[in-house]
Amino acid sequence: MGAGHAHRLYVPRASPVHRLPPQCKIVAVLAFVLLVVATPRERLWAFGAYAVLLAAVAATARVPFGTIARRIVIELPFVAFAFLMPFVANGEKVTVLGLRLSESGLWGAWNVLAKGSLGVVASILLAATTEPRLLLLGIERLRMPQLITQIATFMLRYGDVVTAELGRMRVARASRGFEARDLRATRVLAKSVGALFLRSYERGERVHLAMVSRGYDGRMPALYDVGATSAQWTAAAALPLAAALVTAAAWMLS
Amino acid sequence: MRDVHVPDGFINAPVSIAAGAVAVAGVGVALRGARRELDDRTAPLAGLTAAFVFAAQMLNFPVASGTSGHLLGGTLAAILVGPYTGVLCVSVVLLMQGLLFADGGLTALGVNITTMALATVLVGYGLFRVLLRVLPKTRAFVAGASFAAAVVSVPAAAVAFTLIYAAGGTTDVSVGKVAAAMIGVHVLIGIGEALITAVTVSSVLAVRPDLVYGARDMIKPLQLRPAGADGSAEPSRA
Repeated sequence: MGAGHAHRLYVPRASPVHRLPPQCKIVAVLAFVLLVVATPRERLWAFGAYAVLLAAVAATARVPFGTIARRIVIELPFVAFAFLMPFVANGEKVTVLGLRLSESGLWGAWNVLAKGSLGVVASILLAATTEPRLLLLGIERLRMPQLITQIATFMLRYGDVVTAELGRMRVARASRGFEARDLRATRVLAKSVGALFLRSYERGERVHLAMVSRGYDGRMPALYDVGATSAQWTAAAALPLAAALVTAAAWMLS
Repeated sequence: MRDVHVPDGFINAPVSIAAGAVAVAGVGVALRGARRELDDRTAPLAGLTAAFVFAAQMLNFPVASGTSGHLLGGTLAAILVGPYTGVLCVSVVLLMQGLLFADGGLTALGVNITTMALATVLVGYGLFRVLLRVLPKTRAFVAGASFAAAVVSVPAAAVAFTLIYAAGGTTDVSVGKVAAAMIGVHVLIGIGEALITAVTVSSVLAVRPDLVYGARDMIKPLQLRPAGADGSAEPSRA
């Protein structure tokens, strides 16, 4: 449980994007995604411009495009959903490749795909350039209640421990010849879930006692501060400002 | 059968922001309630429970040939650690999934928390407590009540989503179709969720009944009985 173990989502580099304080990056990503969501879907070029902006950020941060492409699979469920949309939506039908599709359904599918993908890539870049620990410090600087960030810190710190526990249970089940085939397996699997809860909760009790014995009184001591200068805020604002220009243009040009 | 966290762009900006306000208010109430439930133990215990929910969501359960479902865990968490802490745990899991794993859009975080944390726990835990009030207080009935609570809570989240979609959906799929599809699929998911929730609650109840918050009034205080007073526990005379 030593410090210095970077998370597997973090791509360590020494780039200007990595060096920005976390709260600046979070605000920038949030503003960017809001602007993307507020863009009319008929302005195809605007979404191309947003993608170029994200690509510029990725290049500055020296995050390989392959890494981003591999993590993008998280959006597969809603890609599948988007492909269904032209078949079930209302409105006028158009014929594409011999299929009768709803025109507004096609627009809806494009809307979710484009905006959802831009949001996913923006989040991937945020997680790739900011250590999870710093992300939490960042949301705390943005006035997130300390209790939430503490819970999130514990979840991050012990997430791998609990997941490993689940993995050991799986090995134990498999080595006793268990294989989940149908609904009857639920009894065994749910007992594992029950045992996992007990082990997690009891670990929580031990962690709490260990913390109390070291002087914990419900607040975490701030070990270091992640203050941001106005120059850093300005640098982080480059992405949302450029995006705002695109959004404004998209609303004015028709 | 994977639950899809709502991505960016599915719900329009004004309604996303309104749902965000609802989520902030709900989580605020949960924060005050959790402090009442757990005091200074809140952070480590809720944190470990959040880690548990996060890990348990990775466990896949075979449903029928080829398809599998996984736990959402809202009702389970609420029954095990209490409704306020349960809301906090699920919300933190959703927050981290959005922030770190890009699972669920950042602008849709309010929608996701409102449907999957607030609606699920409100309906699931509420129903669980109502059922416990009228049912006999035995392990089998507690398991039955958690089954019923979980089976209703998942479609309840789907209904909440449909309402939000009706207010601010960006696609031209009629509300009726969305409602039918969402609720239909989630009734199925709910059955799996309910089976797992019921067996899990029952197995925790068998080992550490004091850790099932929702059934804490079932615990009988230890009794001191003089040995051999009624002849039932006679000490052996050797």
